[in-house]
Amino acid sequence: MDAQRVNLDGFAVENPELGLVALASPYDPEPGLVVEDGVVVEMDGVRADEFDSVDAFIAAHGLDLAVAAEAMALPDVALARMMVDPGVPRAEVVRLCAGTTPAKLARVLAMLRPAELVMAMTKLRARRTPSNQAHVTNRLDDPLLLAADAATAAAFGFRELETTVPVLADAPSNAVAVSIGAAVGSPGVLVQCSVEEALELELGLRGFVSYAETVSLYGTEQVFTDGDDTPWSKAFLTGAYASRGIKMRVSSGAGAEVLMGGAERRSMLYLESRCVSLARAMGAQGVQNGGIDGASVAGAVPRGVRELMAENVMVMARNLESCSGNDALMSESDVRRTSRTLPIFLAGSDFVCSGFGSIQRYDNMFGPSNWNAEDVDDYLAMQRDWGVDGGLRTADPADIAALRERAAQAVRAVYEWFGLADFTDEQVAAAVDAAGSKDLAPGDPVAVTHAARTIRETGLTMADVVTALYETGFEPEAERLLDMLKVRVAGDCLQTAAILTPDMRVLSLVTDPNDYSGPGTGYEPSPERQAEIDAIRQQRSVEDLRREQAAHARDALRPAGPATQGGDPREVVIGVSPATGRDIWVTLSGLPVVDVLRELLAGLEEEGCTARIIRFCDTIDLGMIGLSAARLAGSGIGIGLQAKGTALIHRRDLAPLANLELYSIAPVLSAADYRLMGVNAGRHAKGGAPEPARNPYTDEAIEARYHTKVVSLVAIERAHCRPGALPEELVL
Amino acid sequence: MTGADPRLRAYSGRPVEAVTLEAVRRGEVSADDLRISPETLEAQAVASERHGNPQLAANLRRAAELARISDEDVMRVYEALRPRRATAGELSALARWLEERGCPRNAALVRQARDVYVRRGLTR
Repeated sequence: MDAQRVNLDGFAVENPELGLVALASPYDPEPGLVVEDGVVVEMDGVRADEFDSVDAFIAAHGLDLAVAAEAMALPDVALARMMVDPGVPRAEVVRLCAGTTPAKLARVLAMLRPAELVMAMTKLRARRTPSNQAHVTNRLDDPLLLAADAATAAAFGFRELETTVPVLADAPSNAVAVSIGAAVGSPGVLVQCSVEEALELELGLRGFVSYAETVSLYGTEQVFTDGDDTPWSKAFLTGAYASRGIKMRVSSGAGAEVLMGGAERRSMLYLESRCVSLARAMGAQGVQNGGIDGASVAGAVPRGVRELMAENVMVMARNLESCSGNDALMSESDVRRTSRTLPIFLAGSDFVCSGFGSIQRYDNMFGPSNWNAEDVDDYLAMQRDWGVDGGLRTADPADIAALRERAAQAVRAVYEWFGLADFTDEQVAAAVDAAGSKDLAPGDPVAVTHAARTIRETGLTMADVVTALYETGFEPEAERLLDMLKVRVAGDCLQTAAILTPDMRVLSLVTDPNDYSGPGTGYEPSPERQAEIDAIRQQRSVEDLRREQAAHARDALRPAGPATQGGDPREVVIGVSPATGRDIWVTLSGLPVVDVLRELLAGLEEEGCTARIIRFCDTIDLGMIGLSAARLAGSGIGIGLQAKGTALIHRRDLAPLANLELYSIAPVLSAADYRLMGVNAGRHAKGGAPEPARNPYTDEAIEARYHTKVVSLVAIERAHCRPGALPEELVL
Repeated sequence: MTGADPRLRAYSGRPVEAVTLEAVRRGEVSADDLRISPETLEAQAVASERHGNPQLAANLRRAAELARISDEDVMRVYEALRPRRATAGELSALARWLEERGCPRNAALVRQARDVYVRRGLTR
């Protein structure tokens, strides 16, 4: 058991002294609010003259004092129930929460059990339509690969892409490359480049990114200041982004203060409640939280994963956009990391992941995500299993290849146009085909930095990139990037939880408000979207299987008239199912049916027996086929074989459901197994009592793999079944 | 762009629908043609208020003021507000400057910051 991957994870003893406590610390303050003459004079046990800068900002801007007395007087459990109760409108919860202090709201959220958090998230999320965000980065900051990967991510349905850099100076190049790639993949994909605050703002002002997220908040003044900002500088930054029409959210999340040794003995949920209160006070439209870089710290303590989700719900209750974590890989265990995401995935969030790693783990410059490129098929299957919209869709591999090619070519053209870099055909081809940067030739690392510096120093803007795309033959992409610039002018993406659809409609709290109020209400995928969710590329129909089988058809097995009774005491009859040699030619283990028959015949021959092959057309039941074969055999021994590979040995005096030997797990049978069954049938025919052959053992999810095929194969057998049809001899 | 309000105008006053790819290519589109206007930000503030977020509305009104000042000045004010970058006097001067440039809400924010910074040791 110790070898299980979950044991690579660290688990911490709960320790409030270090802030290693999830939902409530004995040192968390008592909720309280004293207002005199419309001014907060005491909040959560602290007098105004003792307020640190976080308290001071929240007290000055964050509380709706008209509702505060009512909200603070409500018992915690009453407000907790309102969050869960579908009969209480979202707007009412939002109205009351606006009057709650950080300590109050933390206590309320700490009451919600996991299933209640799911209900609360379903109702309180701002936007009706859920969505998802991807990370697009690589170790080399290779612009061709960034563009190709951005196009891939957009094709899979991500509506926000976040890039960052291993080398800070490369940031402008990455922002341009990802924006171009995203525009190739889909219209309306928002792009950000996560870097130091001032540079990130500059990228926004220049139009190279269409939203910002790395505006970090912390729950204590010390850690906030260590982060080189104050609530006021961050509030100003929030206004600065809005003044250019750029969407922006702030980042916080449990564990950051603990990691920096500055948790001041408070619980993670309380400190995060301060961050979320501050975010609302500053006028940010949304928050990225749910651990983020500290997710594993939360995951290490009891109830930590629950705390992560409570943070997201807290954001929603404050009427803000939630970008719900599920980014940093919080466990080595696939079971544990899935468990961490599942409730949020089921409830639906404005962004389920604040960074699904759409690239290889090693290329993720934020560190591996909780979900990575290799998990996309799992995620799509989960959407289909639960019938929920997690924001992703299946993309056709051929379409992806074409998009990657176009994205890399577009970046190449733009970089050449501005004299930023000259890429070769080989470099483009390598980026298009690459799974990750390890598949690229070691390029010239200085080249990217040079390109980025040129972009920054020559004052290029996104409007220039639009022109370059247009002039180099990428008109649709030029149009799409120009549209992203025009979106800023309209300002609709400044509203809470805004995303753009591929047809450039804004979905937000204003245009697409969540109206969940119980079963039958709220978000339901449109029929088109449902079809996207359902139609994963691995799904197969009976017709698909019929085509697959037909490709293996041969003329080796031919009818030779009505079957007759045999008389030779050494004769064994091999009875086959109705579709054998008609529509089914290959067994579940991949053996041609004809080869299986040859193995059985060879085994019988080894024992000196003769054999006939007879097709039974009035039943698909293997027991009946085997028994009928035995009754026609001179020896009274028959072998029954379904075309899918299941086989048994029967004797004419046994009941239909009895048998001498049975191979029930067709997918794992080999030619040697069938040879042995032929031998044993021969020994039975000679009156011997051979040791029964055993089914090969497997610990694979054999039913998951083959049951859909079995259903189709049985349907095909059934279609050939005619009541009263007489058995016919076959020659091989 | 589909769905755009035909009455929507950029900071320059130019209708957004007149900002076409062809115009960009001909160099007939200025930065101000792709910049949000204070009026649009005010309209967005009204929408935020209507949707239960007066703080977002207040931010959009501060943004409406900042829409009128240059990128460089925006960066400069941000830098001055970071911890221990400015003295109380410098912050007061910055507030006055913002006031004079038609940014009273941002000026008030800076003055409030100054008072808290002095008390919490966040001035230079």
